[in-house]
Amino acid sequence: MSKLSHNPRLAGPLALAGSVLLIVSGLLSWSYEPILGDISVRFWPVTLQVYAIVMGVIALLLALVAAGPLGRWSQHIDPARGLRTMGVTAAIFAVTTLVAITHQTGGLINANEGVWIALVGGLLIAAAGYLRPETKVLDPAEIALPAWLEIIVIALLVGLGLYTAQYALKQTDPWVLVLLVGMLIGVTLTATRSNMASWVGGVTMRHQRVFLLATFVVVLAFPFTQGGSEANLNIAGNVLIFAATALGLNIVVGLAGLLDLGYIAFLGAGAYVGATMSYSAFATIGWKPPFLVVMLIGGLVSSILGLIIGSPTLRVSGDYLAIVTLAFGEIFRLAMFNLDGQSGPMITRGSNGINAIPDLNFFGFNFGQTHNILGIDIPRAGNYYFVLIALIVFVIIVFTHLNNSRIGRGWVAIREDERAAEAMGVNVFGLKILAFAGGASLAGMAGTVKAHMDQAVSPDSYIFLESAFLLAAVVLGGMGTVGGVLIGAAILKFLPEKLRFLDDYRLLMFGLVLVVMMRVRPEGLIASKRRQLEFHDDDEELAETVVIDELEAAK
Amino acid sequence: MSTATVTPSDAEASGEGKVILDARNVTMRFGGLVAVGDVSMEVREGEIVGLIGPNGAGKTTFFNCLTGMYKPTEGQVSLFGTTIPPKPRAVVKAGMARTFQNIRLFSNMTALENVMVGRFCRTSSGAFTSIIRGPKFRREEAETTARAHELLKYVGLEASAHLLARNMPYGDQRRLEIARALATDPKVLLLDEPTAGMNPKETEQAMALIFKIRDSGLAVVVIEHDMRFIFNLCDRVLCLVRGEVLVEGTPGEVQSDHRVIEAYIGAADDEDEEVEPLEVTTAFSEPDHEEEGR
Repeated sequence: MSKLSHNPRLAGPLALAGSVLLIVSGLLSWSYEPILGDISVRFWPVTLQVYAIVMGVIALLLALVAAGPLGRWSQHIDPARGLRTMGVTAAIFAVTTLVAITHQTGGLINANEGVWIALVGGLLIAAAGYLRPETKVLDPAEIALPAWLEIIVIALLVGLGLYTAQYALKQTDPWVLVLLVGMLIGVTLTATRSNMASWVGGVTMRHQRVFLLATFVVVLAFPFTQGGSEANLNIAGNVLIFAATALGLNIVVGLAGLLDLGYIAFLGAGAYVGATMSYSAFATIGWKPPFLVVMLIGGLVSSILGLIIGSPTLRVSGDYLAIVTLAFGEIFRLAMFNLDGQSGPMITRGSNGINAIPDLNFFGFNFGQTHNILGIDIPRAGNYYFVLIALIVFVIIVFTHLNNSRIGRGWVAIREDERAAEAMGVNVFGLKILAFAGGASLAGMAGTVKAHMDQAVSPDSYIFLESAFLLAAVVLGGMGTVGGVLIGAAILKFLPEKLRFLDDYRLLMFGLVLVVMMRVRPEGLIASKRRQLEFHDDDEELAETVVIDELEAAK
Repeated sequence: MSTATVTPSDAEASGEGKVILDARNVTMRFGGLVAVGDVSMEVREGEIVGLIGPNGAGKTTFFNCLTGMYKPTEGQVSLFGTTIPPKPRAVVKAGMARTFQNIRLFSNMTALENVMVGRFCRTSSGAFTSIIRGPKFRREEAETTARAHELLKYVGLEASAHLLARNMPYGDQRRLEIARALATDPKVLLLDEPTAGMNPKETEQAMALIFKIRDSGLAVVVIEHDMRFIFNLCDRVLCLVRGEVLVEGTPGEVQSDHRVIEAYIGAADDEDEEVEPLEVTTAFSEPDHEEEGR
């Protein structure tokens, strides 16, 4: 292999052949049986065949950069890394499809020519990628097109995002969904590794306001595309609550560098505040303030809990802190179990929980009813969706503004070197407490909404596993970033909803993904350059690109 | 000060300004080990004081006691006549900042951010004003950024403002650490081996920088093993041996004192040739065991 790589001229034709094969495979039959959305028909690509074509087109683009008319792009795009990732993804995709066909039809014999050709195509592309040496490329982020064109690119990207989300939500076949998500991850990794994503990053940076506005519009438009159906909006609501909590945890873990394994307790505290102060017949507190007040109280109670757990324990660090927080999460759950009027005061109704929590009602706008806005029905889940969007925008603003301030710098300094930070006059203890209490209050606010959305609160929802999932969302997505954590939360909440058949193996799968991720990309899906360097200490090339980036940023 | 030989006339002669830093009878014991025993030091306005002594003499421990990173077993430290509690934040606020023997920058932050962290104790915007981007936040943030740029320029690093600290050359990292310490607006600057591992040219630059800092009105205390550097730089030199002050005086006196030569250099006849390997070993060796107090 190493000898062959001295002869990279082979790579271009190989890549071309592979990508053409992959595209052609999409037009052929993949199976004798009409399974997985009927992939048995020729020249009528559906589901898997479409994904193969998408991958093929991207590989073709890279192949043309490697050898052909798009050669001048190779200054900025490294086709070798891109082809490797795309090829390996396509090959894994084909193999997984074979497994799926075997599983669905009872025999490998039912696999048709298309899937085999796709496998060959993927292997050829991968081989081409490894034949070609990696090249150092310039950062394409600086290539500026005319502004109107870039804005169109942004609109297209955001539209594509919405369409993909819609499409993914529509899929009911678990195999198709798994393969779709696999394809999407592969395409994303290809884009980042070949440097194409960097250009997109540059475009969005240049038109940040437009990008944010477009994203916001799309996010607000989402419920209107659901035609009054609840299912997807329910999932979206759960994702948003999970994401808001994960962003709170991100302050603690990602910025201040404190490991917290009992974080779900803060969400739970908020939920219990919301429940006990609701108009439910089971609510144990007589005072019924307006919901916004309840939300603030929820945040406050959680942050007080954060202070209580924080002030004695933050003097320990690292593993010890993790153990203490782990215990705190359990204490919270058991306390909620026992505040049932028998073992303790009557607050939470123990294992029965507080049920029949009525829907929110803002000035006569009942969240439980379907409202018709602009001729489109917005169901109950849609109403909550809008509230949660407002919440998450608030959380994101808090997170980014704190991150880009004196306080955020203090947090990062503590994470980098606590003793040095102390010696420079940083209020280490105060900032740690602030991280704990601030993050907790965000989770608490999310909790109050959760109580109303779920209509019930019980101790069983706040187990250690949930804390572990929160932490996983932060780590998988990318510590210290907003986008990464949002994506991490979306994946971790969305997939289990759709992959119910995997329920028994959910944790096994999750563990596997975690191990693979930590091996392949420990900095998370979306990583700040700072984090990337932390994990790839020896990667001089990366260090150099970062230096170049910074020099250019300094100009 | 039983064993220490003080020459009061010289100490007075070298410093006419008023005493800024006054450390009285500082003692630091770790169990039975006396790392620093009854050390007293006065630093006057606009003075550069050198702290020398063989490895393990307790120089860095003494620094840690001064800056509140250790709580001295006995003795007290006062700045401008006020006793300061042994807490790092209180010390920095009172006007004393330090650098570290083994560079301790925030390596994944940019040079600019590193210096901005140094401004932390001189700013006070809280979480609320930071979140709503209030007027106080904007004013302080602009001030902090401007001051950080100014300080980077002062130490000659204005071109590297957006480099990650870890990617900077060794000598620049040392200078960045000084800039970070200066950002806390100190009156006394403690430098722990500022030229360790530097080549002669960088050492010369460091010396020029320290003179410049002194001329701006700060008092500087320097720990160093490079004798030529110390004797060219300092107004007064303290030699610590086994945690106690052996000799205190002008560079000339300390240089010629036979006890210093015996204790520090070992042999009486060749000075510089012996010093060189000593410097190399300290520059690349692990930090003294006393440095990590966790």
